[in-house]
Amino acid sequence: MDTDAHVGPVLMTGNEAVAHAAMKAGLGFFAGYPITPSTEIAETLSAMLPRAGGVFIQMEDEIAAMSAIIGGSLAGAKTLTATSGPGFSLKQEAIGYACLTEVPCVIVNVMRGGPSTGLPTLPAQGDVMQARWGTHGDHPVVAYCPERVEEAYLLTLKCFEVAERLRTPVMLLMDEIVGHVTERVIFPVKGAFEVTSNRETTLSPEDYRPYGYDQQLPPPLVPFGKGYRYHVSGLMHDETGFPSSDTANGDRELRWLMSKVENNREMVIDVELVNMEDADIMLFAYGASARSAKGAMRLAREEGLKVGLFRPRSIWPFAYDELKAAAQGVKAIISIEMNLGQLTNEVKLAVEGQVPVVPFFKVGGEPVLPAEILETIRGV
Amino acid sequence: MRAVDYDKYLRAAHVPHIWCPGCGHGIALKTMVRAVDTMGWEKNDVCMVSGIGCSGRAPGYVDFNSLHTTHGRAIAFASGIKLANNNLNVVVVTGDGDGVAIGGNHLIHAARRNLDITVLLWNNTIYGMTGGQVSPTTPLGCKATTAPFGNYEHSFNIAELVAAAGGNFIARGTVHNPIQLEKLMVQAFSKRGFSFVEVMSPCPTAFGRRNKLKSAPAMMQDLKDRSIPIAKALKMEPDDLDGKIVTGVLLDRDKQEYTDIYRNLVANLRGA
Repeated sequence: MDTDAHVGPVLMTGNEAVAHAAMKAGLGFFAGYPITPSTEIAETLSAMLPRAGGVFIQMEDEIAAMSAIIGGSLAGAKTLTATSGPGFSLKQEAIGYACLTEVPCVIVNVMRGGPSTGLPTLPAQGDVMQARWGTHGDHPVVAYCPERVEEAYLLTLKCFEVAERLRTPVMLLMDEIVGHVTERVIFPVKGAFEVTSNRETTLSPEDYRPYGYDQQLPPPLVPFGKGYRYHVSGLMHDETGFPSSDTANGDRELRWLMSKVENNREMVIDVELVNMEDADIMLFAYGASARSAKGAMRLAREEGLKVGLFRPRSIWPFAYDELKAAAQGVKAIISIEMNLGQLTNEVKLAVEGQVPVVPFFKVGGEPVLPAEILETIRGV
Repeated sequence: MRAVDYDKYLRAAHVPHIWCPGCGHGIALKTMVRAVDTMGWEKNDVCMVSGIGCSGRAPGYVDFNSLHTTHGRAIAFASGIKLANNNLNVVVVTGDGDGVAIGGNHLIHAARRNLDITVLLWNNTIYGMTGGQVSPTTPLGCKATTAPFGNYEHSFNIAELVAAAGGNFIARGTVHNPIQLEKLMVQAFSKRGFSFVEVMSPCPTAFGRRNKLKSAPAMMQDLKDRSIPIAKALKMEPDDLDGKIVTGVLLDRDKQEYTDIYRNLVANLRGA
């Protein structure tokens, strides 16, 4: 399908926008499993991918879907899966495999209420910490969270770009509100969009190493079948990809994985600051809650209260430095989440006790309302 | 036996293998290499995928595109590889724990789809890598570290499972008879669609020594004694086949293959 036909303006849900953006980024392979509230991503791609000559497959379970997109990526395709809370839990082992084997892929988690089956049709932001620490062992994580449909499109493009360049799984954490809301969208990306490819090497098969632990960026991941015949293993491995139980190598590999993201924060970190120039009170919010926060900020400003907003589009790695800098001079931070404070601890960590952090947590499936936030602002 | 240049296929820096003395997996690996050589496949066009367990180490020893995945998921990873690059000859090496316990779902669904990959299930009827726990193919009554009084669960007939699920080609052989096993692997590799070969392989270390088969030769002899060719088995009563290993081609059919169906769909949609 010609995605340019949808440059806009069009009416579209966040889930549909993710599908369209993925096609724009050159998606070649989607594997998924039906789960509310992400299913429309699979449904949309089941029509788009075959028409574009790509592959759509509905797998037998969530684990299989995650495993298949890693395999598809190793064979050279840009790959995507989409899921929600319970499915995200099931995928965690394979996500860790992709982290350690440095295989690029994109995972969309349209967050619903949890734990367990929870509130499948209602919004929440309960998977923020699962995204960070869901799989076992130290590992790098990159995750983005859009506040509206158009941004879901843009951040999906960003997910593919970062996944490819850093050779790591990248997550789009979208709350159910953004996934299901229909909005007028004008896509700012016109014409061809080229994700930076990191799949070709000038080295000979004898000289090529699929891993490198002392560079700014990982070496290219040459697809299987191109004559390089390297080995990929979920065991700790050296630069050749073969297992190594050498403890010094294990230490080096793990530190490389973490530094790979840390050393490229400029590529990854993405935050929005609104009215922070003169703000006494800083609202911290992300995803759909940030839109309510913006509404509350407007109302508060009308009352003469100097309120600003810090909104991370990139949830992981957390923007500690950016938040700390933005919070200089504010009297309080109100941390707004549709969970019981998962990122609020990171906010506290960032400001190191210098600024009081007031919680505004809402769970149970109701969206955050501007008037509720305003009340909290007045009380600070 | 036909001479094969094994050095062409083995990764010299990564052998010898880690398998125990008397383990049958080395024979299974050698037989697989011979079958690949018979096929005349270019090494660049072969992708070997495994999960976790003793069988999981096999791809590391052979000079193909090789992938050692998570426990039970080799077939799911392999499905992604095959669908993203249909030109690759994709071979999965798995075991009884990896393939039909934790990974059983993927086995039956790859068979149902009739995806053009080959699964070689090296069945040693025990969890060897973790030291001898009962597996879904441990025979009733046999001892394991988690079945100290004898296994009180019935065991799987994996071939029947794959047949019911929909695979195109199903065979069983033993490492005691590598000549037959090689032929079965070549047939499986040649088959368009999902092909499956169960390879009975002895584990003296984790299975035999707890089950009155203390030596590797005793286990080999046991494989030989229990093996019955399919042609003979078809004339026997089911009760007489209890504990036997029926060998040969168990099923061979020609259902339409998954990627062929999908490619046709794509071609039709794109008006080609």
